[in-house]
Amino acid sequence: MLNQNILSKIAAKVASGERLTRDEGIALYHSNDLLTIGKLASQVRERKNGKKAFFIVNRHINHTNICINRCKLCAFGRDAGDPAAYVMSLDEIEAKVAESAGQNISEIHIVGGLNSDLKLDFYIEMMQRVRKILPGVVIQSLTAVEIEFLAQTHNMTYKEVLETLHNAGLDSLPGGGAEIFAPRVREIICPKKIDGEKWLAVHRAAHEIGIRTNATMLYGHVETIEERVDHLIQLRELQDQTGGFLTFIPLAFHPQNTALESMGISTTTGYDDLKTLAIARLMLDNFDHIKAYWVTVGPKLAQVSLAFGVDDLDGTVVEEKIAHDAGAQTDQAMSKNKLVKMIKNAGYIPVPRDTLYNVVEEGF
Amino acid sequence: MSNVEALLDKVLSGGRLSLEEGIELIERGNLIELGCAANTIKNKLHPEGMVTYIIDRNINYTNVCVCQCRFCAFYRHVNDQDAYVIEKAELYKKIEETLGVGGTELLIQGGLHPDLKLEYYIEMLQDIKKRYDIHIHSFSPPEIVHLSQLSGLPVSEVLLKLKEAGLDSLPGGGAEILVDRVRKQISPNKIGWREWMDVMDAAHRLGMKTTATMVFGHIESSADIITHLIRVRDQQDATGGFTAFIPWSFQPRNTDLGGTTSGGYEYLKVLAVSRIMLDNIPNIQASWVTQGAKIAQVALSFGANDFGSTMLEENVVRAAGVSYRIALKEIQRCIADAGFIPAQRKTDYSIIKTFPDLRAG
Ligand code: SF4
Ligand code: SF4
Repeated sequence: MLNQNILSKIAAKVASGERLTRDEGIALYHSNDLLTIGKLASQVRERKNGKKAFFIVNRHINHTNICINRCKLCAFGRDAGDPAAYVMSLDEIEAKVAESAGQNISEIHIVGGLNSDLKLDFYIEMMQRVRKILPGVVIQSLTAVEIEFLAQTHNMTYKEVLETLHNAGLDSLPGGGAEIFAPRVREIICPKKIDGEKWLAVHRAAHEIGIRTNATMLYGHVETIEERVDHLIQLRELQDQTGGFLTFIPLAFHPQNTALESMGISTTTGYDDLKTLAIARLMLDNFDHIKAYWVTVGPKLAQVSLAFGVDDLDGTVVEEKIAHDAGAQTDQAMSKNKLVKMIKNAGYIPVPRDTLYNVVEEGF
Repeated sequence: MSNVEALLDKVLSGGRLSLEEGIELIERGNLIELGCAANTIKNKLHPEGMVTYIIDRNINYTNVCVCQCRFCAFYRHVNDQDAYVIEKAELYKKIEETLGVGGTELLIQGGLHPDLKLEYYIEMLQDIKKRYDIHIHSFSPPEIVHLSQLSGLPVSEVLLKLKEAGLDSLPGGGAEILVDRVRKQISPNKIGWREWMDVMDAAHRLGMKTTATMVFGHIESSADIITHLIRVRDQQDATGGFTAFIPWSFQPRNTDLGGTTSGGYEYLKVLAVSRIMLDNIPNIQASWVTQGAKIAQVALSFGANDFGSTMLEENVVRAAGVSYRIALKEIQRCIADAGFIPAQRKTDYSIIKTFPDLRAG
């Protein structure tokens, strides 16, 4: 149990903008004083982002589900040859992207599995084609895991791969694949996936050549509170050095249809979701934005999270496969109107943004 | 000090809020400050750190209803293919299943069937009580008024006959919003607010306890919500028979009224304001069936001290497309994970069994 003293000490530090320690992060997690944690996170949120609640109108494309890693946490990846395995051709991807032309989207978000058939030229051409059809749209694509795979395949450095893709049109990397950095956890949930150090190294390389990226944390499986807080601190340290992270996105684990389901892991609770979002806001003092991904926590909780430190609700996501294969029960897309209404009803100001948090439309 | 802070101070030092003051809270209060006040009040009323739930079964004895409320996805006409009235054997089977899992309460509710007479209900109650030792928490005010009209007997007499036949307490359904302007729009054929309250008044005076509900998030204003709360509070001052208040948001799927369901934010806010306004009602229930387990759990920080029922069956809500099905274990996990001791209660809120070992940390 957290004693009131630690909480008041944390409150004083938050008020004066001082950085919280690992122990303080852990203490916050051990507290069930949800409202106080929310109030503190809200203070930081309002200092950084006022009453703004950002969202993005984007389109998700998962170009292949064939993956050599077959992580236990994943309900999406398939072996090549599995009847449910698929790869989209460049023409198919182009057709999907073309569908979104004229829909006023600000971002195209493309991630997939580690498919040995898809080499760097595939991705170069993919970027070029997307760029051609949607010249003004930000391309956020390929997680650190995919970048590392390409670097390995072609015996190139992370920077070389990133620069090549950047020149072809890639603007930004999503934050996927971070999971929990602790090796103990990765050994259980994703033994074949790159380790935390490599994940951080890819992002460092991206930041160094001017590619902004996001960071995530997959929580609610086999990790401990300490491992969560350490994860946050590792991100905070890299951000101190590069300043290249845009947003932190905690992702609630959905056990359904994954190899971890049989371990009896249940879905995260509302307390855990809100505490995780709020504590991220409190610990990550050098991140501008904290995002609640409504697809994984549910729209109702995402709306409430605006009062618990969150300033971004992701977006209207068309065709998201990864969380839904894992049994997320939310709809695939939320209309812009619905999202705007949800934000306004909670007393916040809806701000449609692009990937880099430029305001794309005003007057809500 | 902002106006809202001053009002919350007033409440926390034992004052009572007026209609205007309640409206101010709901329109200007921020979620966390309302939550803090509601939580303080809840902790004062329930210092044991327990959160209760009841194991019960919801039995919808018929889906035939002459009322045809616009927000209802459940009702059918007498001649509809899927119209039904429950068979005795099935009723008994459901009761035995309920007792089998440690259930203590039956929530028997149904549509307003044009042909089922008072005698049908009396017989059903007697039959159940003859066979089983179980609390019957059944028939909401619209059904009671309907029976009074069918039988030509006054409400209090209908209630007395049902009580003598075995009815123990009344659920608070059909309250919707206790403002007739709103009721005329969403359920034009349903009883007015005064009739609803008169049934509760009569029940309380016969010594029967009841709950009260509120369904918000459709066409009502903040003033309507606060008026509803004050009307319940006034009645409670007079008779003291309400055990709990249960607000939930309107579930629009498959209904005539359409629209979108209100968000978690609005729900928690209304819940907190309910706890703040209803100084004479001991318990506030979170509604996991309509809000989902996550928001229902979070509601435990916003004034709720009860997780409601395990709802072994809830056709009315299920027909409206709510897919949340959490078992008893999940309810216990939510309670314990929020730092409370899960406790199984009876209809009268007395504790049957606590589960202190489940509490985390
Ligand atoms: S989580 Fe990513 S790397 Fe792991 S199996 Fe799924 S798609 Fe492949
Ligand atoms: S809400 Fe009740 S009274 Fe109204 S139509 Fe449905 S079953 Fe009938």
